[in-house]
Amino acid sequence: MEDLLEMLHNAVELGKVDRKSPYPPQLRDHDGAYEITAMALDAGLGPQQILEEALIPAMAKVGKKFSDRQIFVPQMLLSAKAMGASMVLLKPFFASGALRSNGTFIIGTVRGDLHDIGKNLVSMMVEGGGWQVVDLGVDAGSDRFIETLENHPGAVIGLSALLTTTMENMKQTVEDIRAVSPSTRILIGGAPVTQDFCDRIGADFYSPNGQEAVNYLKTLAGN
Amino acid sequence: MKTVLSGSYAEVIIDTEGPVRIIGESINPTRRKKLISTLQAGSFDYVLQLAASQIASGAEILDVNVGYPGVDDVKLLPETVMALQDKFDIPLCLDSPNPRAIEAALRAAKGKCIINSVNGEERSLRAILPIAREFGSAVIALVMDDEGITHDPEKRLAIAEKIVGRAIKEGIREEDVIIDPLAMAVSADQDACLVTLKTISLVRQKLGLNITMGASNISFGLPNREALNAAFTTLAIYNGLTCPIANPEHITTSLLATDLVLGRDPWAIRFVEYYQNTLKSL
Repeated sequence: MEDLLEMLHNAVELGKVDRKSPYPPQLRDHDGAYEITAMALDAGLGPQQILEEALIPAMAKVGKKFSDRQIFVPQMLLSAKAMGASMVLLKPFFASGALRSNGTFIIGTVRGDLHDIGKNLVSMMVEGGGWQVVDLGVDAGSDRFIETLENHPGAVIGLSALLTTTMENMKQTVEDIRAVSPSTRILIGGAPVTQDFCDRIGADFYSPNGQEAVNYLKTLAGN
Repeated sequence: MKTVLSGSYAEVIIDTEGPVRIIGESINPTRRKKLISTLQAGSFDYVLQLAASQIASGAEILDVNVGYPGVDDVKLLPETVMALQDKFDIPLCLDSPNPRAIEAALRAAKGKCIINSVNGEERSLRAILPIAREFGSAVIALVMDDEGITHDPEKRLAIAEKIVGRAIKEGIREEDVIIDPLAMAVSADQDACLVTLKTISLVRQKLGLNITMGASNISFGLPNREALNAAFTTLAIYNGLTCPIANPEHITTSLLATDLVLGRDPWAIRFVEYYQNTLKSL
């Protein structure tokens, strides 16, 4: 039983999506995250245990390797894909309550900005941290965040901007969200963003990378 | 097709048949937070230092971007332009999403600059093209529009054609439109560079215009970035790229090598002289 969790951890860490995926080459013809998750459920492991003891630690490890420059964006995306394959089987349990998420996280790149890689990396790290993620994509205006927040009360919001020129829109988005929902927690990130800027625009948290975002969200979960 | 630019006196010609011209990318606060703190303190020393080192390494045009939240770029962009042109006789590429900042900077600038940039969105075309005509500037055309970014080279070409059509109608000379085919990170999509290369090739064949791109974007999220940038830029030049926006300190050697192997450097003079001059400065 524990072996299955360890195998799943390994599959997600190395980005082995399913049996037919040829990546990574050293796991060719092995089961991937999808098959191992199915086996774990068949063996009677709970979805919550699978999430907490395999997926979350695997994604934390992936995030750490990424910040240490041991792996790079393509590997990170493969790991996310492997996690996604596992989540396909786990997600139905959210409805029954057999699987609890830590909360909802709404993320998007602010208006005028079309960069999505950093935002996607944070998005997958947060999902791998046990949150349900609503991804608004790029060029997302305040109205879209506010509308989504109405459908997910209590959600935490993440804003990304990759250009010094679109950081101005980040400020506007924070103001607009605050105007309708002052208590909503907002975290921000992106290459040109700084702690100083975060303080100035009144966001709650500046995250220099995905793992820091997960750590911050952990402090909010259950509150 | 020749796009002629100028500084106070010096002329730089970007020629689809000629050697590659580098637009130096370093005057941009996105990766240089120090740039804004020094400019806000009223000091142009750092920006001048960035200009000097880029020119020494082979930049023939300088991109100037001073956009940052809280910065009044309508005031700061022209001030930076004046500080730069006071010291260096070089054409500038004025980089701002704010048409008023571009206009103010063009008023302050000597010679003929490039506006960076217009795109296929109606709002952008209406704001930027009249300014380009009024000041006789060249303009970089980003091949995206109200629909966002397409991954189909033919559609990117269609957007380029639309922008050129509108520019000509506005009274801008065709050769003053420089196309940016959009270079996206190959770490997230391993076909992204191929889409750009095909777009470059189509623009070159159908429009024959000069082509630029942010050559350092593609390697985001990967190791050995300089090797990747060099490989991609070399292929892009072969397909029609003529004036990349890049860090000359990293890429000049491989650009000169590319020009030489493409028969654009008679007697290998530029290639060898760069080596000799770099040696001298060591």
